[in-house]
Amino acid sequence: MIPAAFEYAKASSVDEAVKLLDRLGEDAKVLAGGHSLIPLMRLRLAQPKALVDINGIKGLDHIEVKGSKLHVGALARHVQIHSSQTVKESLPILAEVAAEVGDNQVRNMGTMGGVIAHGDAAGDYPTLALMLDADIVTNKRTIPARDFFKDIFTTALAANEIVTEVVFPVANGPHKYIKFRRRLFDWAIVGAAAQKVDGHWRVGLTNVGPTPVRAKAVEDALAKGAKPEEAAQHASDGLNPAGDLRASPEYKKHLARVLTKRAIEQAQ
Amino acid sequence: MAVSQLVGAKIHRREDPRLITGHGRYTDDLTRTGLVHLAVVRSPHAHARIKSIGVEAAKKSPGVLGVFTAQDFKDIIAGPATHPVAPVFAPDKKVNPPRYPIAREEVCYQGEPVAVVVAEQRYQAADAAQLVDVEYDPLPAVMEIEEAMKPGSPKAHTDQPDNIAWDATYVPWEATEEAFKTADVVVKQRILQRRLSPNAIESRVVMAEYDPFDKRLTMWMSTQNPHWIRLFVSGALGMGEHSVRVVSHDVGGGFGSKISPYPEDYLVPAVSKLVERPVKWTETRTEAVQNAYAGRGQIYDVEASAKKDGTLLGMRVTQLLDCGAYIGTFGAFQTCACLLAGGAYKWKAISSRSIGVLTNKITTDPYRGAGRPEATHVAERMIDLLAVELKMDPVELRRKNFPAKEEFPFTQNFGLVMDSGDYNASLDKALKLFGYDQMRREQAEARKQGKLVGIGLSTWIEICGLGPGAVTGPATGGVVLSESAQVKVHPAGGVSIYVGTHNHGQGNDTTHAQIAADALGVPIEQIDIRHGDTNEGPGFGYGTYGSRTLAVGGVAINRACAKVVEKGKKVAAHILEAAEEDIVFDQGKFHVKGAPDKSKAFGEVAFAAYGQLPAGLEQGLEAVAYFEPPNFVWPFGAHICAVEVDAETGNAQITKYVAVDDCGNIINPMIVDGQLHGGIAQSIGQALYEEMVYDQDGQLRSATFLDYTIPSMNEIPNIQLDRTITPSPTNELGVKGIGEAGTIAATAAIINAICDAVSPLGIKHVDMPATPDRLWNQIKEARK
Ligand SMILES: Cc1cc2nc3c(=O)[nH]c(=O)nc-3n(C[C@H](O)[C@H](O)[C@H](O)COP(=O)(O)OP(=O)(O)OC[C@H]3O[C@@H](n4cnc5c(N)ncnc54)[C@H](O)[C@@H]3O)c2cc1C
Repeated sequence: MIPAAFEYAKASSVDEAVKLLDRLGEDAKVLAGGHSLIPLMRLRLAQPKALVDINGIKGLDHIEVKGSKLHVGALARHVQIHSSQTVKESLPILAEVAAEVGDNQVRNMGTMGGVIAHGDAAGDYPTLALMLDADIVTNKRTIPARDFFKDIFTTALAANEIVTEVVFPVANGPHKYIKFRRRLFDWAIVGAAAQKVDGHWRVGLTNVGPTPVRAKAVEDALAKGAKPEEAAQHASDGLNPAGDLRASPEYKKHLARVLTKRAIEQAQ
Repeated sequence: MAVSQLVGAKIHRREDPRLITGHGRYTDDLTRTGLVHLAVVRSPHAHARIKSIGVEAAKKSPGVLGVFTAQDFKDIIAGPATHPVAPVFAPDKKVNPPRYPIAREEVCYQGEPVAVVVAEQRYQAADAAQLVDVEYDPLPAVMEIEEAMKPGSPKAHTDQPDNIAWDATYVPWEATEEAFKTADVVVKQRILQRRLSPNAIESRVVMAEYDPFDKRLTMWMSTQNPHWIRLFVSGALGMGEHSVRVVSHDVGGGFGSKISPYPEDYLVPAVSKLVERPVKWTETRTEAVQNAYAGRGQIYDVEASAKKDGTLLGMRVTQLLDCGAYIGTFGAFQTCACLLAGGAYKWKAISSRSIGVLTNKITTDPYRGAGRPEATHVAERMIDLLAVELKMDPVELRRKNFPAKEEFPFTQNFGLVMDSGDYNASLDKALKLFGYDQMRREQAEARKQGKLVGIGLSTWIEICGLGPGAVTGPATGGVVLSESAQVKVHPAGGVSIYVGTHNHGQGNDTTHAQIAADALGVPIEQIDIRHGDTNEGPGFGYGTYGSRTLAVGGVAINRACAKVVEKGKKVAAHILEAAEEDIVFDQGKFHVKGAPDKSKAFGEVAFAAYGQLPAGLEQGLEAVAYFEPPNFVWPFGAHICAVEVDAETGNAQITKYVAVDDCGNIINPMIVDGQLHGGIAQSIGQALYEEMVYDQDGQLRSATFLDYTIPSMNEIPNIQLDRTITPSPTNELGVKGIGEAGTIAATAAIINAICDAVSPLGIKHVDMPATPDRLWNQIKEARK
C-alpha cells in the first residue's frame, strides 16, 4: 500500500508531456485521473520511475459534436461525460455508461483517455469504442479502435504517445448497456452493449476476454432477421474468457448470452 | 433529572460529532518526538523453511536504523508465551504448536513475519523491507480442513505429530440413539461456514515508546481490550504491569479481530527497546486482509429428527473448525456453536462434537457473533429442512417447539439456563410486520409465473454477556470475565467514569453516560466516560466483545454509581443534620425522609464531600465496582426475509427484510437499531458476498477489496425493525446485549429464503456466500 519512489513532473501542453516522456524514458508513465495507475503503484504492481502529470493541460477535456462525430477529449472525466447535454443528445449510451463507472470518487477523477489507454478488459468505454468504430487520436496519429486494443492491458500506443481524444459516431437510436456486477461500484463481471446505428445493430461485450469484444455473429444474425433471443445465442461464439473469483469461464459465456439478449430487448 | 429520563431515550451518540467531522484521534493520528517507523517483512509462502535471511542491502538503505530477525528478539521477547491459547470450551488441546511473534525456522502461513525493518520514515521502511533477501525452501501446504484431517496429509507444522488441534465430544452419539430410532423423519445436511475477513475500517496500528531511563513502556494501539494486551506484553517483555501503559482511545471497529494479541504487539515495543526511539507500525490494507484473525471457517455435518406431528427429537452436530496455522488465543470459543446448535427449540437430545484442525492459513478467532451465527445457521437450516420433509409451514414447526414464556428460566440441552424469553411474541410481531400470509399468497402467484421467490425465517437466540465466573474462569484459564467501573465525582460536581470495557463503534460513551446520568441524577453533559487507558480507572478491565459491554460493564457502572450515592447519603446526612437512615436520594437530590424541602443537590453534596466531615467519614466521592454476572443473558428475535432469484443469472435479490428483536430493557433505541442495521448488513455480506479464497499453495486470492467483496450501502435493502421487550432477570438493569444479534440472526433468514425460492427446482440447500455464479450452477445442475 506504499508505492516505490518515483519522480514527478507536470506538463502544461501535450508537446511538453511528450518531451518529458522522451527525456524520462521507458519507465515513465502518464498520470491522468490516477484511478487505475495509482492502485497498481500502491500494490507495487507498477513501479514507474517517473510520472508525467497531464492534468494541467488545458483544452484536453473538450466534448463537442463536429458534423456526424462526437469528440471526447482525453481529460474529459466520467462525471463530465455523464452529465454532458451534448453526449446525452448525440450518444446517450456513452452518458449512461459513464454514469455507471465506479463510484463518485472514480467518476470525479477518471478520464476517457485513461480508460482507453489503460486497456483494461473490464473497462466500459473500450467496448463502446470498438463496436461503434471509434477513432483514438494521439499526438502522432489516428488509430481505429479495432486496431487499438491488442491484449490485456496492451494497446497500440507507443511509450511516448499520448491520447488526445476519442472520436465516436453520433448515434442516438435504440441502445442499452447492461453491466452485470455484484456491487454498484464494481467493474462489470460481464457487460453487454447494444446500439442501433443507421438501422443496424452493433453489439459489444465487456470482460469476456483479454480485449473488448464486438459480437459480430450476433450482429449478423440480427441483420438476417433473427429474434434477439436466437441471435444472442451467438454472443459466446469464439469466446474464451478467463475465470476469476466472481465468475467461471462457463458462467461468463452464459452471461454474455443472457445479457446480450436483454440488452437488445431492452434497448430504446 | 428524573430517573427514567435518559435510560430509554433516543439521544444522539455523543461521540459522533467528533468522529464524523474528522476530529477522532486514532492511533495513526498520534505521533511522538523522534518517532521512527517499522515495516514487517512477511512470508510470501504459506509453508516453507527459512534457509537464510540477507539483511545487508536493507541495512544500507536510506534512513534505516536496523533490521531485526528472530535471533535479535531472543533475549527481549519471551518465547511462545506471547500467544497464549485459552482453554475455552475445548480444554484438551492435542496439537498446539508454539507461536512466536517472528518466525524462527519455519513459516506456516502467508504473511507470517520473518523480519522487521525500522527507518526514519515510513516509506523508507517499506523500501528497505523490499530489500530484505529471504531464501525459502517451500514445503507442502495443507489448506483444506478435511485434507488436513487425513492421516498422511502434509502437516501444517513439520515438527508436530498431525493437524488435529482438538477433538472434543460434548455429548456422545449414544445419547441421541433413541431420538433417531423413534423418529418419523430424519434430515441430514452438510453446512459450510466459509472463512471471513473481519475488515475493521481502521487497520491495526501499534505505536510504542520505551523509556530506557524510567524503564517504562507506553503503547498506543488499536485494540478492543487494552488491559489484556498489557497483561500479555508486560509478561512477554519481562516487565511488571505497573511499568506498562496501553492506550487505546478511538478505534475504528474490531468485530473480534482486535481481541487477541498479534505479533506486532510484541515486535513494536521490543524494537523501541532495541533502538531507544518511539516506533510506529501502521498495518496496510493488504496486510489487514491477509493477516487479521479470520472468522468462521467451519464445516458442519448435521442430522436432525422429528415426529410426524413436528415434535423435534434429536440432533447430531459435528463441527470441523479450521484453526489456521496456530490456535487463536480465543480460537476455540467458536466451539460454543456445539452447545447452542439446538437454537430456540426443545429437543429430546442433542449430541455434538468439535474437531479443531490446523492448516497453513492465518489463525481464526472470534468474529462478530463467534459460534452463535454458526449455531443459529445450523438450527434454522435444520428446522427448514425438517419443515420441507414434514410438509409443514416453517412458522408452525418453530412455534410447536419453542419453550413457552412461562417455562423460563429454561434449561437447554447442554444445561445452560436461558434467562428469559417470549419467542412467540417476537415471531408474531415479525409476521405481522412482514405481512406473512399475504406474502405467501403473492409467492404462490409468482411461482405460477415461473418466478423464483422465497421467504425465510430465523427465530434466533443467542447467549451473551460474558460472563459468569463458573464458566468464564475455566474458559480463560483463570480470569473471570467480570467488568469494572470507577466513578469519580469532583468537587464542583463533574463526574469522570472510567470503564474497563472499550468503545470501538458501539456507542457506549453515550449509553454509559445515560445510565450514570440517571443513577446519579446529574445532567449528562456533566459526565465524562473514559475508556482505553490502563493508567486510568480500576486495576483491570476486560474489554468489549461478546455483547457484554452493557449487560456486564453497564451494570458495573450502575453499581459504582450506587456506591457513590451511598457515600453521598453519609455526606448529605452530615450537612442536612439528619440521620443517614433518613436520607432519601431521588432524582439527583438528597433529602430528609418526609421533608422533600430539606434537600441538597448532588453538586452540593459533592462539594461537601471534599470539605470538613465528621470523624470516621473520609473525604472524597468516588467508588469502584466489579460486576460478575450470575448468568449469561439470552437475547432473541425473529427475522423474516423475502428474496427473488433471477433464474437466468443466479442473482439473489433481497426484496423485503423485517427484524423484531428482543434485548431486554433498552438504554437507547437508536443505538440498538444502529447495531442491528450494521450487524444485518455484515450478515448480508456473509450470506451473499464474502469469502476468503486461497489457492492450493496457500496464496490468498481474495486479497483486495476488489475480490473480497464487502457489500456497500447500495447493496443493503431497507430493513424494517421493531422490538419486543422481555427484561433480563440476570441484572438489575434488565438488559441483554445487541452488538452481535444482526450477524447471529440474518444469514439464516436470507439463506432459508433462497432455499425456499429455489425449492421448486428440487434444490434443498444452498451454501454461503450464495453468489450468482454458484446459484446459477446449482440451478443448472438441478434442471439437468
Ligand atoms: C473502485 C474503482 C472502480 C472502477 N470501476 C470502473 C468501471 O466500472 N468501469 C471502468 O471502465 N473503469 C472503472 N474504473 C477505472 C476508472 O475508470 C479509471 O479511472 C480509468 O480506468 C483510468 O482512467 P484514469 O484517468 O484514472 O487513468 P490513470 O489511472 O491516470 O492512467 C491509467 C493508464 O493510462 C495511461 N494514460 C492515462 N491517460 C493517458 C493518455 N491521455 N494518453 C496515454 N496514456 C494515458 C496511464 O499512463 C496509465 O498507464 C474503476 C476504478 C476504481 C478505482
